[in-house]
Amino acid sequence: MFEKEKLERLKEKREAFDKLLEKRLQKRPERKEKFVTDSYIPVQTVYTPLEIEGFDYEEQLGFPGEYPFTRGVQPNMYRGRLFTMRQYAGYGSAEETNKRFRYLLEQGQTGLSIAFDLPTQIGYDSDHPMARGEVGKVGVSIDSLWDMETLFDSIPLDKVTTSMTINSPAAVLLAMYLALAEKQGVSLEHLGGTIQNDILKEYVARGTYIFPPEPSMRLITDTFAYCGEKVPAWNTISISGYHIREAGSTAVQEIAFTLANGIAYVDAAVKAGLEVDKFAPRLSFFFNAHQDFFEEIAKFRAARRAWARIMKERFGAQDPRSQMLRFHTQTAGCSLTAQQPMVNIVRVAFQALSACLGGTQSLHTNSYDEALALPSEHAVLMALRTQQVVGYEIGATDTVDPVGGSYFIESLTDEIEQQVMDYIQRIDELGGAVKAIEEGYMQQEIQKSAYEYQKEVEEKSRVVIGVNKFVSEYEDPTDLLKVDPAVAERQVEKLSALRQERDGQKVAEALKNLRSVAQTDNNLMPYIVEAVKAYATIGEICDVLREIFGEFQQQVVL
Amino acid sequence: MSEKKIRVLVAKAGLDGHDRGAKVISQALKDAGMEVIYTGLRQAPEQIVETAIQEDVQVVGISILSGAHMDLLPPVVELLRSQDAGDVLVIAGGVIPKEDIPFLKEAGIAEVYTPGTSTEEIINYIREQVS
Repeated sequence: MFEKEKLERLKEKREAFDKLLEKRLQKRPERKEKFVTDSYIPVQTVYTPLEIEGFDYEEQLGFPGEYPFTRGVQPNMYRGRLFTMRQYAGYGSAEETNKRFRYLLEQGQTGLSIAFDLPTQIGYDSDHPMARGEVGKVGVSIDSLWDMETLFDSIPLDKVTTSMTINSPAAVLLAMYLALAEKQGVSLEHLGGTIQNDILKEYVARGTYIFPPEPSMRLITDTFAYCGEKVPAWNTISISGYHIREAGSTAVQEIAFTLANGIAYVDAAVKAGLEVDKFAPRLSFFFNAHQDFFEEIAKFRAARRAWARIMKERFGAQDPRSQMLRFHTQTAGCSLTAQQPMVNIVRVAFQALSACLGGTQSLHTNSYDEALALPSEHAVLMALRTQQVVGYEIGATDTVDPVGGSYFIESLTDEIEQQVMDYIQRIDELGGAVKAIEEGYMQQEIQKSAYEYQKEVEEKSRVVIGVNKFVSEYEDPTDLLKVDPAVAERQVEKLSALRQERDGQKVAEALKNLRSVAQTDNNLMPYIVEAVKAYATIGEICDVLREIFGEFQQQVVL
Repeated sequence: MSEKKIRVLVAKAGLDGHDRGAKVISQALKDAGMEVIYTGLRQAPEQIVETAIQEDVQVVGISILSGAHMDLLPPVVELLRSQDAGDVLVIAGGVIPKEDIPFLKEAGIAEVYTPGTSTEEIINYIREQVS
């Protein structure tokens, strides 16, 4: 990239600069002894061509929409279409969430994203003893197809794409969505959306697992195969670093562990007999947009390049779509403070900008009151407006990868990619992601980083405005959202009405069929679809699978 | 004379999997010289109390971020009291709205910590209360 002679001259000048700088520092020390990124990558005073000496434009960057996709997955990125503005939402009953969805769509949101309550995510019906106090709390409660029908009342599925944060029972919720599409007369051919379906990070960081790894991986590859044939535009998985980061990892660990999990899914699918280029184009990813602005941008670029290389070199993927890392981003929930909550709006804006500059395909911006409660309607609107400002007002979306070519960004991108590949090698040596998780390797690495972070906050070497610096009086928002405690009662009533009204024989039949196929290697999806169409509940379906697959027992590592 | 170590049970109540806080607190209490038992995820109040009694702890620290605190925290205190272990100090932390705190304290939760609390504050409180 750079002429040798000029680099030599630059080196001399650099030495002179460094000497001068050193003198100056003796007189006036800098604000900090060491400057590092959130992943502890040292940050230099200034970046020049010398820091990316061997830089090869074609090899490292190339053109957007082309391998290795460092600059983005589309040739013209946001000049064509902005990132999808997709706010994660859901609370209380299906009726209430339906109202919130319709409100968000009216306000210019372009995709839906469902938050389910914890009983739904763990495959318990609302009347299960473990569901005590949890129904409708962190998301909408869905027991059966009936609730799904209510949730999408007056929302035509051919006009929106829907992302569902559902993992262990992802196949069940997908089946409900497909059954609903059929009822609405929408062809599966064009049905668009995403199921998170990423069980590995549940074991590592998020915790809503049900079954042990092996049958869980089978459920996942079954959805790959089924959608490949029947729902070709569906994103069958969203391999997630978001929660790994929220659990306290660094940016490097977030990407490393996510890509390592991605490798495990591709391995499992290939082992199940699927062809890479048949399923890999539908893999998608989900990352966190955290506080360290430049590191985050570089992180997204490094992730794209690393994944492209892994798919091409490790798995021999030929289809460019198999090599493209497409991702959703959410701003960092753990960066929000309960103190002076309006400051969160500013944090979210910078995080959203980093996701945009990093080339995200869709974005959720957090609401300022989320360290206090579920977001109120006003807070959600502010969050949506924030990403609309990033998308429409500030010119950041008018050219592709505007920060590409910055000495600092390129140097960081290279460094992150290198550190990610080192981690992946270590995980390979441990026997792959599944093994590394079973042994608690990822969990311990994350925990170390989380504890380090907390210590830095308490020692004040890491500034958190309102918490350890610039602490001042503030007013709590007065319009915090409270889930009506009667929601659980109503949901349980609805559930017992369902059990009365549906054709019990049909349900029993469908569950029996599901039980038998679970004991074979055949694809489970058609049987789950049959069961949800008979209005079997999520708890009933998952209980059948629990019976055959067993339940995962968490290894507590401290 | 060597002082007896304070024994603490750190528990995750309810179904949420956010255990970053629970693990960070556990580590911090350990570093402060306490003995810490961590339950892992998805503990019902009955399980928490059973473990607390089995492990003969002086303190139970419950982490909850799912919003089920009003349903799941008071039973822990009630069950402890009904099993002659009402002297165990029960504290809680998580995303808990301010307006819910008086009710929880009334129910016998000694302290409720919300986001932004330093581990030092919690350590000091435990030391003050248990001696």
